[in-house]
Amino acid sequence: MAIFKLTVNGQHKEVNVDPSTPLLWVLREELKMTGTKYGCGISACGACTVHVDGVATRSCVLPMSLLGGPVITIEGVGEDPVGRVVQEAWVEKDVVQCGYCQSGQIMTAVALLKATPKPTDTNIEESMGGNLCRCATYVRIRDAIKSASQQLK
Amino acid sequence: MLRHRTARLLTPLFVGVLATWVLAFAAFGYGGDSKPVAESRADGLASWERIYSVLTSPRCINCHTATNYPQQGDDRHRHFANVIRGPGGKGVPGLNCISCHHEANADSTGVPGGPDWHLAPLSMQWQDLNDKPLSSAAVCRSVTDRSKNENMDGRALLKHHEEAELVLWAWNPGFRPDGTARTLPPLTHAEFVAATRDWVEAGTPCPKGK
Repeated sequence: MAIFKLTVNGQHKEVNVDPSTPLLWVLREELKMTGTKYGCGISACGACTVHVDGVATRSCVLPMSLLGGPVITIEGVGEDPVGRVVQEAWVEKDVVQCGYCQSGQIMTAVALLKATPKPTDTNIEESMGGNLCRCATYVRIRDAIKSASQQLK
Repeated sequence: MLRHRTARLLTPLFVGVLATWVLAFAAFGYGGDSKPVAESRADGLASWERIYSVLTSPRCINCHTATNYPQQGDDRHRHFANVIRGPGGKGVPGLNCISCHHEANADSTGVPGGPDWHLAPLSMQWQDLNDKPLSSAAVCRSVTDRSKNENMDGRALLKHHEEAELVLWAWNPGFRPDGTARTLPPLTHAEFVAATRDWVEAGTPCPKGK
């Protein structure tokens, strides 16, 4: 076990966990922030996506020993202007069906729009290609990203 | 007077010795050091083949693709999760290489990692569009083409093989998600560097052919 200090959504946290513990489980089990979901556990589905130092990151495969920056989760991304616009677009387009994958979808979409405010269909397909949705809400996800994009300068 | 006579006598002798040496050079291909050029080239080509065996091993060639995606595993299958190359070889926003691959191997989760994890540029592709490794001659031409290899001469290539962090990673590739160790290249790193040094000292010869 080891003590780790981390910043999550702008708040300083301290946890005492095994260094090999993935960030996902620190968020969910230690910090009780359950908005970030466990999907596959091998970074193949994107449900666990958070931002680490601004980069969309699969928290299920990131051991605490390798965590290298501040963390933003679905609970905090709405504080960001782009994050807020994306969340509003998600509501506008009624994207969610079961909703399990959607926090990861939103975190990836925010990362895409921060880097590429006016994405093409190809940009969207490439960036969102690692986020799976068993309800197949892909068409509405694309619509929501385009709607958010139109609202971003 | 005596000096002039001696010079007249010695000049043909000197020319004869020189001519003999030139003929010997032409006949046997002796170079500047103690090894004949032909032998040195043959040794260099043998060293290159050892280098090639490493470059085409999965730990190296999986990120030297000709396509818009990396490969993974000893069977060199397409990287899962729809990972693609991206404009700088580092993925795309939201799906970057560093979305999963961090500064070091994450052995508890089975994800390999190293500093600045990225794909080799397309100019340094070592396989064709069907994911088949290029021939030894083609890879050698690519590696030695300074318009493709970030302007590295032989000495720089040796340094790259000795020190580049992602090159070194190939001999410290960590563990798979099932806890078993990833396969290493066919040579040790020391053997790889020694082969590179021999190849560079031989003038970085490349095999002929396509």
